[in-house]
Amino acid sequence: MSDTPILSVKGISKSFGGLQALLDVSFEVYKGEVFGIIGPNGSGKTTLINCITGFIKIDAGQVYFKEKNITGWKAHKIAHEGIARTFQIMRPYYSLPAFKNLIIPLWSPRARKTGGWRGGGKHGDRDTVAVDILEEIGFERDSRVPYKIASTLPTGYQKRLELARCIAMRPEIIFCDEVFSGLSMSEIAGMLPLIEKMKSDGITLIMVEHRLRELFRVANRVMALNFGEKIAEGEPLTVIEDKRVKEAYLGSEEV
Amino acid sequence: MEMMRKERIDRGIKVRTEGIYAISSMREILYLLGPRLLLIVGLISLPLVLELAPYWKRVVNIMCVYSLIALSFDFLANYVGLVCLGGAFFVGVGGYLAAIFNVYLSFPIYLSIPLATICGAIFCTLLILPCLPLRGVYFAIVTLMYPLFFTRVIEALNILGGTNGITGVDSFPNQYVEQYTIIIITLLFLFGMRRFVNQDIGLVLRGVKDNDQAVRASGISIAYMKTLAVFIASFMGCFAGAYIAHLYMWGGLSLFALDFSIIPIASVVIGGGGTLVGAIIGSVVLVPLSEILRAFGTFRIVIYCIILTLVIVFKSEGLMIYLQRKYHQFERWVKV
Repeated sequence: MSDTPILSVKGISKSFGGLQALLDVSFEVYKGEVFGIIGPNGSGKTTLINCITGFIKIDAGQVYFKEKNITGWKAHKIAHEGIARTFQIMRPYYSLPAFKNLIIPLWSPRARKTGGWRGGGKHGDRDTVAVDILEEIGFERDSRVPYKIASTLPTGYQKRLELARCIAMRPEIIFCDEVFSGLSMSEIAGMLPLIEKMKSDGITLIMVEHRLRELFRVANRVMALNFGEKIAEGEPLTVIEDKRVKEAYLGSEEV
Repeated sequence: MEMMRKERIDRGIKVRTEGIYAISSMREILYLLGPRLLLIVGLISLPLVLELAPYWKRVVNIMCVYSLIALSFDFLANYVGLVCLGGAFFVGVGGYLAAIFNVYLSFPIYLSIPLATICGAIFCTLLILPCLPLRGVYFAIVTLMYPLFFTRVIEALNILGGTNGITGVDSFPNQYVEQYTIIIITLLFLFGMRRFVNQDIGLVLRGVKDNDQAVRASGISIAYMKTLAVFIASFMGCFAGAYIAHLYMWGGLSLFALDFSIIPIASVVIGGGGTLVGAIIGSVVLVPLSEILRAFGTFRIVIYCIILTLVIVFKSEGLMIYLQRKYHQFERWVKV
C-alpha cells in the first residue's frame, strides 16, 4: 500500500434545501484496499457517492483522485479518469441482451484508450471481450444467460451485470452502492469471490453496504456516517464497537 | 369442455440472440430475404406499376417523404429516447435552405439538395442543442414550438418571400429522377439505420434511452451522443424538406406545417415503433389512405381518426411487430 492516497475527500458538504445531507466529510482511500461506508438509512452514503462521482454538485469541499483535483468535474469525465460506480437501483440497458450491455462501457473513450480489449477496431472483437468479461463475473458462457435480454435476467445476474459494466471500463476505483442488498445468502456467497478477485487485480473498492457481516469479511477499513457526518473510521471491528456507531444503529439510551 | 390454448413456437432458424441466424439452405435464405426483397422490389417497381395513374405517382413521392420523417422520428423516439415533434422544423429548414441555395444563390439542384441537407442538419442540431438536457414531454414541446416560431418570424419580418414563399425553385430534370431519388434514398436510409442501431455506437445510443445515468458512469458524454442522434435525425428530415421544395418548385410557409410533425408519428404508431421498417410501412398505409379518403371531403378527417383509433386500440403493437410475429412463429392449438 502506497503512502499517497488514490482518492482523498476533503470536507465535502451538501445540502438539499434545508436538509443537510453531508457535513464536512473527509476520508482517504489507498490503492488496493476495500473501504466500507456504513450507516443507517438516510445517513448520506449514496449522496456521498453521487458527490464524488460527479452526479451531484458539491456545495463545499474537494475531491482529489491521484492528487488531481476532480471537484466539480462532469460525471463522464470523472468516469473517464477511472472511477466507476454501480447504482443502488440497478437498471441495466434493459432492451439489450446482457452481453451487449457491456458494449457501451467497452466503447467508451477510456476503454478504447487503455485498450481494455484485444484486437483493432473490429465490431466482433468487442462482443468477444464482452462475453469474456461476463464469464469472468459468473455468467456461464455456454448457457443462454449472456444472450438473454437484460430485463429478463434474475436480480443476482443483474447485480453482476452492474459490476461487469464497471469492470469493462478497466477502472482504478469502483464504488459499489449496495451490491449485496436484495440478494439471497447463496447469491452473496457467489459474489464474495468476485470482490476478492477485483481486489487482487489491484482495483480499489469503496463499498456502501447494509450487510455488515458480509462487508466485514472483505473490507480493510470502514467509515460510519450518521445524518451526513462522519462518526467513526478504522478497522471494521473497532468501528462497530464504537459508542456513536452503536447509538446510530440502535438509538441512545438517554433521551 | 376441453380447454384449448394457442401455443407459439419460434422457428428454429434463430441462434441464441436476435439477429443471428443459422442458415443451411436456399429455402432459409429465401425465408430471410423474402420480406426485405418484397419491400425493396415493391417500392422500386411502384412508379412503373403506376405508369397509368400519374396522380398516384405523386402520392408515392409524398409517401416516401413521410417515410423519411417517420424514420427519423422512430429513430429518435425509440432508439435514443428523445420524443421529437420537430418533423416540421426539419422539413421547413431543409426546404427553405434548398430554396435559398437554388433561387438566391442559383446553385444547381444536385448541389442545393445535399448542401441544404447538411447545412440544415447542422442548423437544426445547433438550435435543438440547448434543449437536449430536457426529457420526455418537455423536449417534445420545445421541438414542437420551433416550426411555429419560424412561421411567425418569416410572416412578421416578411423575409424569404414572406407569406408567398420563395418561388421559382428548379424542378427535377425528369419524372424518373424525381421519383427514384426519393425512393432509393429512403431505402438507403432505412437499411442504413437498421445497420447503424446495431453497431456499437448505435448500442450506446440505445443505452442512452434505457439508462442515461449508466452511460454517464461509463465515461461517455450523453450530451455528445444525443447531439449526434439529433444530427442524424435532422439530416433525414432536412433531406425530405429539400426534396419537397424542389418537388413543388416552391419553398414556403407550408413546409413548416404541423402535418410533417403529426402524420409521421401516426405512421410510426400504426407501423410499429422501434422497428424502423414500421415507420415506412405506416407511411405506405397512411398516406395513400388519406388520399383515398379525399373523396369524402372534410369528412375524411373523421374516418382517418376512426381508423387510427381502431389500430391503436386493437393492434397497439403496430403492424410490423404483428407481422413479424406471425412470420417468425408457428402457431397451433394445444390442450391445456
